[in-house]
Amino acid sequence: MTLSDNLETELNHTSRYVATSGVNDFAIRFANVNGTGSASANNLLLKSIFRMGIPVSGKNLFPSNIQGLPTWYELRVNGKGHTARASEFDLVVAMNGQTYREDVASLKSGGYLLYDSSWPLPKELMREDVNILGVPLSNLCTEPFPGSKERVLLRNIAYAGAVSALLDLDHSIVSEMLDEKYKKNEILRSSNQIALTIGYNYAKENFECPLPIRVAPLGVNANKILIDGNTTAALGCVYAGATVAGWYPITPATSIAENFLKLCERYRTFEVTRPDGTVEVKRNFAVLQAEDEIAALGMVVGAAWAGARSFTSTSGPGISLMNEIIGLAYYTEIPAVIINVQRTGPSTGMPTRVQQADLMTCAYASHGDTKHILLFPADPNECFSFAAKAFDLAEHFQTPVMMLSDLDIGMNDWVVDKLEWDDNYVWDRGRVLNSEQLAELPNFLRYSDPDDDYVTSRTLPGKDSKGAYFTRGSGHDRFGGYTESPEAYQDVVDRLTKKLQRAASYVPEPIIKSKPGSNLGVITIGSCEAAVLEALEILDEGGVSLDYMRLRGFPFDQSVRKFIDDHENCIVVEQNRDAQLRSLLILDLGVDPNLLRSVLSYGGFPLSTKSVVEGIEDLIKD
Amino acid sequence: MPSIRKPLIPLAPLPVNELGLTLRDYEGGMSTLCAGCGHDSITAAITRAFFELSLPPEKIAKLSGIGCSSKTPTYFVSGAHGFNSVHGRMPPIVTGANAANRSSIYIGISGDGDSLSIGAGHFVHAVRRNVNMVYVIENNGVYGLTKGQFSATADVGSSAKKGAANETPPIDPVILALSLGATFVARSFSGDKGQLIPIIKAAVEHKGFALIDVISPCIQFNNHEGSTKSYHYVREHEIKEIDQVYIPPSGEITAVLPEDGIVKVKMFDGSTLAFRTLPPHYDPRDREGAMHYVNQARLRREIPTGLLFIDEDAPDVHELNSTTDTPLVDLPYESLCPGSGALARFMEGFK
Ligand SMILES: Cc1ncc(C[n+]2csc(CCOP(=O)(O)OP(=O)(O)O)c2C)c(N)n1
Ligand code: SF4
Ligand SMILES: [Mg+2]
Repeated sequence: MTLSDNLETELNHTSRYVATSGVNDFAIRFANVNGTGSASANNLLLKSIFRMGIPVSGKNLFPSNIQGLPTWYELRVNGKGHTARASEFDLVVAMNGQTYREDVASLKSGGYLLYDSSWPLPKELMREDVNILGVPLSNLCTEPFPGSKERVLLRNIAYAGAVSALLDLDHSIVSEMLDEKYKKNEILRSSNQIALTIGYNYAKENFECPLPIRVAPLGVNANKILIDGNTTAALGCVYAGATVAGWYPITPATSIAENFLKLCERYRTFEVTRPDGTVEVKRNFAVLQAEDEIAALGMVVGAAWAGARSFTSTSGPGISLMNEIIGLAYYTEIPAVIINVQRTGPSTGMPTRVQQADLMTCAYASHGDTKHILLFPADPNECFSFAAKAFDLAEHFQTPVMMLSDLDIGMNDWVVDKLEWDDNYVWDRGRVLNSEQLAELPNFLRYSDPDDDYVTSRTLPGKDSKGAYFTRGSGHDRFGGYTESPEAYQDVVDRLTKKLQRAASYVPEPIIKSKPGSNLGVITIGSCEAAVLEALEILDEGGVSLDYMRLRGFPFDQSVRKFIDDHENCIVVEQNRDAQLRSLLILDLGVDPNLLRSVLSYGGFPLSTKSVVEGIEDLIKD
Repeated sequence: MPSIRKPLIPLAPLPVNELGLTLRDYEGGMSTLCAGCGHDSITAAITRAFFELSLPPEKIAKLSGIGCSSKTPTYFVSGAHGFNSVHGRMPPIVTGANAANRSSIYIGISGDGDSLSIGAGHFVHAVRRNVNMVYVIENNGVYGLTKGQFSATADVGSSAKKGAANETPPIDPVILALSLGATFVARSFSGDKGQLIPIIKAAVEHKGFALIDVISPCIQFNNHEGSTKSYHYVREHEIKEIDQVYIPPSGEITAVLPEDGIVKVKMFDGSTLAFRTLPPHYDPRDREGAMHYVNQARLRREIPTGLLFIDEDAPDVHELNSTTDTPLVDLPYESLCPGSGALARFMEGFK
């Protein structure tokens, strides 16, 4: 008898090892091949756990490829709500031969390995200190699903069935979800139900279900939703009243424009009857798929110049292309909303992996002296409110505003508070003069600032010839005229400096969590939040107490400065190589560089709690 | 060398148009281009065409990229909003502005460098989208503003001021636009206002993208012996085979048209464009024929000018998008925001 046979026989009976985690506290890694339809199985499990009222997160680690390369899905369940990415797993579902070795290595000692036992246990999957659960998924699916393509897809649903039995998922919830999903296709509905049952029954009959790692209903999700940040960002644009979108496809930003289009088709269309009696569906919006990102932003700037709320969504390479027009918009003072769903760079980098490495390039995007308003959402809920806010800020300050989301927030499903909208919201169009206001003026001067507001009045084309002026990216004076005079030019750009300074108190204030007596601070941003908060809790239990500040906007407000001043020193946790957030703090606030140390993560996977704990421990031990 | 300042007080009362405005109302700031630059003549033709069309100045939006040519929107209709943007990117900026406010009349002024080198990618897509605009290429075969480098329209064999001949094949914007499905394609010469003015008028009335490629000599860098974009060369090689007269919707016919061979094209606003076709059987609605004709002429080193192609019925960008008739900028917020109730219902899908 070989070792693998030996393991197999033992394992189908009892667990020899107790997993280190437990009820509502565990992590699973699904190792799949991309293009095999595993996403629907993994999502089914994620959503079922969510519906049982338990905090959960799902991180899709996918390749830049359509079919055949490794892809992982990581699911973390945590009753206390800590759902940052786990770096070790209690259960691994190994469906991809290419990655067996690393998948089995990611398993905690005492954890569980589920594999397709239609074939003998591959030697790469052998590990003495884990429990091996063989489910003959392919064999089980051969008879009910004769088509090979169908079988590949349904094998995934079969493992979802087995996992749901092992984890004690509410079977009626899982099964209902399949009914919902396939309510329009009876053939798919019934085959999916069969596959689910096959896996479920096999696990029930062959293993001791449930495992010590399992779920127990909690009911904390009553006011929560499970949603990705690109959907919510698109909703934010709809609710803000954006009418023009210019965009060019790029992962991970594509689904913002696609969602915006879908939402507008749903909420912003109406029917008209043509003279010949036929019906036409008319649109209160325009979504323009541009020839490149330069054009995409050009369209946004043109539309905003004409007076529409307009936006583009892109990722790092698109930002690089947009640079010239970002400078144009800054200097001509035209509002523009740019949503940057950050991915790993430079260049094409790792397009399906996450980073926060566009902070510097966005803060000072374009040639010449520029500086821009940035918003840093931490989750899909903030993507909604910040996207809407971006339009108010852009129009109020007549300048580009960039919202920096990232792939983790934008493309993964997060459990967040339900989105809400205040029907009393009034959009801030900024200083736009209408004909009556123009009539009261002796003449209109585009860049004059009589009341020291730093924001000057603009007019819209197509309305009133008294408001006509010539928009130019070339040197202009406060009257809007062409100039090459040093004084007249400086007069305008100095006002822009003050305008951006003022914007600091309009961006969302930082989130600060302080404990009495702690003199060390941790500063972070965006999607780092979940991992950092959990890390601070773990460190606190170990007797190290740290204060917390999450930045939500740039330029930085005085409250940011105060937090730094109130601490002996601070640790900046961010996801890039060059400590860009730390640099921004030093540049924008003039903080002494010695007061800021860094914990950096930039490998492309979402930040894990472990890396933050270890990074901070390393820094504070010396 | 700046042009001469215009006298501030007109000597005699100026004629007025339907809006009671004079030609002066369609002028702009003083030109700072070289005296004799072809671009200034185009500005004058635009000024006159807009005056004669009685366009309300506030309804005009004039945009451009960067170059000597792109400076010219400051020199006409000072009562219109203008936008001198960045090099080559005027087409997307107009596309966005037009998407936002379809009620304005958009004129984009560009150069051959602006449209056919750095902005070629945008030019072709604006044609494809059939953005409702007048698109003027002030074509001098060189980069004027950066002092005389060859542009993408420089003909093979045309020599630069310092003597070197161009050896890379040119892009012909007319053939390019025809091949892309352009719905209005014309070519003219800056020195021929008689032809240019009616073409501009027709372009304004055209629903969709109206390209006017205007050969516009650069007096400073491309007007010497050996250049194929000099005044002299164009006068020698231009064949005005296609003459047209623009007839406004209400107006009378101001030119005597020959009885034979007249093709009348009804424009979007009800006006009529009538043009005489030479050679016989030239059909301005035959795209293939137009392409063939222009190509053949090019091989003979002839420059056919006039309205070369028109398709009055093609859907423009807004018809393709089914945009509402109300300009998007005029939609009240209430018609754009679905409200908290809709959001609450939408949230149910994420439970
Ligand atoms: C991004 C960028 N690159 C280069 C330039 C420099 N530049 C200004 S105008 C011009 C060429 C203009 O040529 P054309 O469009 O033919 O206009 P013309 O001056 O001949 O009328 C160039 C290269 C610029 N303004 N921007
Ligand atoms: S350099 Fe040439 S294109 Fe520029 S203004 Fe002078 S003549 Fe005109
Ligand atoms: Mg030129």
